[in-house]
Amino acid sequence: MPDISAHQRQIGGKFFGYLAMLLVILIIGLPLFWMLSGSLKDLKEIYTFPPQWIPHSPKWSNYEEAWTSVPFARFYLNSVIITVFGAGAQLVCGILCAYAFAFLRFPGKNWLFLGVLAALMVPPEVVILPNFLFFGNTVRDWFGLEKNWVNTYQALILPGAATAFGTFLMRQGFMQLPKDVLDAAKVDGAGHLRTMFTIVLPMAKPIVITFAMISMVNKWNDYLWPLIITRTTEMRPITVGVRLLFDAEGNNNWGVIMAGTTFVILPLLIIYLFGQRYIIAGLTAGATKG
Amino acid sequence: MASQSGTVSPPLEHSAAQRGEAYVTPRRGLKRFAGKEWLLFLLFIAPNFFFLFLFTYWPLWKNVKLSFQRTDLLAFSGQQKYVGWANYEWLIGNSTFRYVVQNTVVFIVACVVFTLGLGLLTALLLNEKLKGRSAVRALVFAPYLLSGAAIGIVWAYIFDPRFGLLAQILGWFSIPSPHWLDRPAWALPAIIIVYVWKNLGFATVIFLAGLQSIPKDLYDAAKVDGAGPWWRFRSVTLPMLSPISFFLMVTSVLATFQAFDIQQVMTKGGPAFATTTLVYYVYEQSFGQGANFGRAAAAAIILFIAMLIVTAIQMYFSEKKVNYDA
Repeated sequence: MPDISAHQRQIGGKFFGYLAMLLVILIIGLPLFWMLSGSLKDLKEIYTFPPQWIPHSPKWSNYEEAWTSVPFARFYLNSVIITVFGAGAQLVCGILCAYAFAFLRFPGKNWLFLGVLAALMVPPEVVILPNFLFFGNTVRDWFGLEKNWVNTYQALILPGAATAFGTFLMRQGFMQLPKDVLDAAKVDGAGHLRTMFTIVLPMAKPIVITFAMISMVNKWNDYLWPLIITRTTEMRPITVGVRLLFDAEGNNNWGVIMAGTTFVILPLLIIYLFGQRYIIAGLTAGATKG
Repeated sequence: MASQSGTVSPPLEHSAAQRGEAYVTPRRGLKRFAGKEWLLFLLFIAPNFFFLFLFTYWPLWKNVKLSFQRTDLLAFSGQQKYVGWANYEWLIGNSTFRYVVQNTVVFIVACVVFTLGLGLLTALLLNEKLKGRSAVRALVFAPYLLSGAAIGIVWAYIFDPRFGLLAQILGWFSIPSPHWLDRPAWALPAIIIVYVWKNLGFATVIFLAGLQSIPKDLYDAAKVDGAGPWWRFRSVTLPMLSPISFFLMVTSVLATFQAFDIQQVMTKGGPAFATTTLVYYVYEQSFGQGANFGRAAAAAIILFIAMLIVTAIQMYFSEKKVNYDA
């Protein structure tokens, strides 16, 4: 039946395509919806069967209760400090280092670059113990301090100040800039600092923004190191803080707990909403060029 | 960097020395220029190298040393003793550690197979011209960015055997929900489900980029040769995707090695070590009850070497190029 086949098959294919897309939306979206809807349920609605998909009268006080039962304001402040200074440090270290490897001459510079890349092979999980011991006693010996640096902001931020990934990513981006513009700047007698700020950074803005966003998301989500290096509630970042809420509320007050997880996720969703293009572009760049 | 032709006249206010910087032709100028440039190079890479050395390379070396010592909590007072390979021998002879290694392998293989398989399917779907596909792509990718700690808690609620989302869905089919997180047999599958859900979007987006870079004329040529959709998929799509699949496999294996936050939040490595992977074991041996620094360091080195082998395999094969296309 040659007449109907092509067109009908196409319509049939489209139909199954949309059906499959709906399935994907449900699988990915339902857990997130479950979190939001749960955050507005009272205990009775949580413990009903069949489930209450949309709470009858949204219980906004879950958010209040979550906010006050553990010091969320303090957790937010800590996370913001870690994110701003941590990502800021990575940006400064990464941009300077990437600029040097892209534009400055130095004997044996390729070997030094391998030294940066090799750091990618040492995951932070492997060195948590010696780094903890460093802040536990080495700094005390070095600087003759009374107290060690466990449970301090510097200990939270400094181990993540360098970046091998960012150096690699931004060096790639810098090297793809048109050579003649850079040469023209050189002829104009622009020094390297001026070239960096007036030419390289503005032109390589997308890749720098991409790295800034990836770095910020990573700092915000970091869990293992803050869990180890902070000891008191008021030094915990939000990822560890929401865990404390989970422990405090036990395995049953899900409404309040879901409100707490929403606090953690909300800033990420906002960043994602605005920077989706950059984040996806940066993460796929490494893959497709390799 | 080749300098421009001499016709470009430098601004008048510049001194001869500065002109020497701009024009690299004179020998003396080059030498002075290079010295300054070397210094600047060192200055620029200094911060990054300082922190990389202090918190990556040096601790790695300290970790190696630590793994040959017997250091319990007394380490804080400087009590250490060289014990040779004892820590490694203890780990290899320890049944819990062998169980942990087995968990790690099962966890990685399952996560990578499901993430890549489902990611490829989703990418193929979103590569079709369907309305709203870019919004779906954005949605699928979102979980990849979300905090593992928060996501773990959300899924603990979803897995709640009486009132969780999954229990409700299974209830429609009259299937009783397993006690996911309290049973050794179910806990690891539960964690795997969460990881696949969270990382699916990354694989999808990478595969999608790969699919979109396949030249259209390859498909046209296959069509002319009379290849049906399945054959086109096998003879064009799959081989053209092989380098990117390989890249994804390696990065996924390395990322899954490092998984920590979801286990820590959902199961704390339990019940009965059922969800303890290598990273979690290192954490427990370092900071948990009955911590033993020497053993923790030895386990960390074993983890490091395992990841190094994966990376080496990747480098070996990407030299050889996985597909034959230039």
